[in-house]
Amino acid sequence: MTAPGSEAAVTPRHEAAVTGSAPHREYLDRLAAGSVPFQTCDGCLTAVFPPRVICPACGATELRWSESSGLGTVYSTSVIAPRDADPYPVVLVDLDEGFRMMSTVVETPAADVPIGMRVRAHVEQDGPSGPRVVCTAAEAAEGEDAS
Amino acid sequence: MSPRDLRGAAAIVGVAESDLGEVGQDRYAIELAAQAAGTALAEAGLTTRDVDGLFCAIAGRGMAPLDVGEYLGVRPRYTDGTMVGGSSFVSHLHHAALAIAAGACDVALIVYGSTARSDSGRGRLAMGPPELPSYEAAYRPRPPITGYALATARHMHQYGTTRAQLAEVAVAARQWARLNPKAFARDPLTVEDVLAARMVSSPLSTLDCCLVTDGGGAVVVTSAARAADLPRPPVYLLGAGEAHWHRAISQMPDLTVTAATESSARAYAMAGLGPEDVDMVQLYDAFTINTILFLEDLGFCKKGEGGDFVSGGRIAPGGELPVNTNGGGLSYCHPGMYGIFPLIEATRQIRGEAGERQRPGVSVAVAHGNGGQLSSQVTAILGGRDTL
Repeated sequence: MTAPGSEAAVTPRHEAAVTGSAPHREYLDRLAAGSVPFQTCDGCLTAVFPPRVICPACGATELRWSESSGLGTVYSTSVIAPRDADPYPVVLVDLDEGFRMMSTVVETPAADVPIGMRVRAHVEQDGPSGPRVVCTAAEAAEGEDAS
Repeated sequence: MSPRDLRGAAAIVGVAESDLGEVGQDRYAIELAAQAAGTALAEAGLTTRDVDGLFCAIAGRGMAPLDVGEYLGVRPRYTDGTMVGGSSFVSHLHHAALAIAAGACDVALIVYGSTARSDSGRGRLAMGPPELPSYEAAYRPRPPITGYALATARHMHQYGTTRAQLAEVAVAARQWARLNPKAFARDPLTVEDVLAARMVSSPLSTLDCCLVTDGGGAVVVTSAARAADLPRPPVYLLGAGEAHWHRAISQMPDLTVTAATESSARAYAMAGLGPEDVDMVQLYDAFTINTILFLEDLGFCKKGEGGDFVSGGRIAPGGELPVNTNGGGLSYCHPGMYGIFPLIEATRQIRGEAGERQRPGVSVAVAHGNGGQLSSQVTAILGGRDTL
């Protein structure tokens, strides 16, 4: 967490964004550490995703990193059927904190992922191109947490 | 100058396609663009010597206007390389009218070419480095179809739209294509054929998708005053509007409502017309859902009623509202970006030159462009002399 310290206090506000860590680098580092990262605007409290250096809702440049609870709802889904591999769902998930991201649902047959399904997002460290956020059915995920 | 002052200030005076279909084996996109440009200028009674405004976008070419300018020998005093995906050329028409009204140029050439179909077989599809990191790629969507599939699934969920209603869009497009000798796909097509086709990214099958063809197109635009002295009946730009709200599909606020709601409102306001005044619609049908979404967002029916609206042949030949009378991107041609072809077809229909598919008494036509993944939306309203 790049918490605002005494150094930030003497940095002119308009320079804060460009002198901070690169948003995508910060995102990847947080993902590798196991969190589902997003940003929150200090000015208008909007949840911001994907990461950036300016708030798309109000234009403020003070964005704070947050960690999502992972709980969310499937907004839409499409099953992709490759000719030579198992079908898989591509979903848009609305996280409860108020941002939307593309993801996939694992451990549930692709055809059984309806719009409106409650899911829990977590980091899959060995995704096809490195760590990525994937979802499981919320009930199943909570069952696992309890066991 | 207010938007209303732009109404009727500029006119399309020449349109043309290049060779279409699978014609790019030994050719390059720029050659098809140039072929279309030459034909459209000849139709307008002009030559490349007359062109002083150049408007173009070619996928993968970052400096397309420079390439095209050199190739054609055009030395423009006004250049616009706006690249907002397939809607770019409708955007160019708006920009050309503004530039002409401001005196920045006099004869504008809007031009496009692509060898998308031939390229797919010979590895010419190298992409440049991404401008932004992708927050979608890790989930292996199939762009662009998955973006449109997600919108389709959401539309079906919210409004009960069915795959059979989507199929009606493809069937209507094919019925129009069967009346167009230049259309690429002209075999008979039924709703059952579309429903039985292989699913690519559910709920969209292969037959919910546009063609991939080679081809180019060109549109010549000049002032209304100069157009009056040229050989073809002028087709006036009565209204234009542009809007975009997102780039990536995961950032589209509501997958059932596009920025065409705004672009069309701006175009209607400029034209002083509404959907009830429109005789036919040419719109960017990259996928069957596009037609449904845009008919809703352009005001031809209420939100959520598009599936019902397109059913029963209403947008097919003989229907109440002719849509995509050339066969559209689904059956006529779709060379990478389709947006110049709605302008060409609308112009021909207003002139009464569309052959077997001509509808009687077309005086106002809408041409609507879409770019990205339901991202960029640009609406143009065109009309003949009686609409001024």
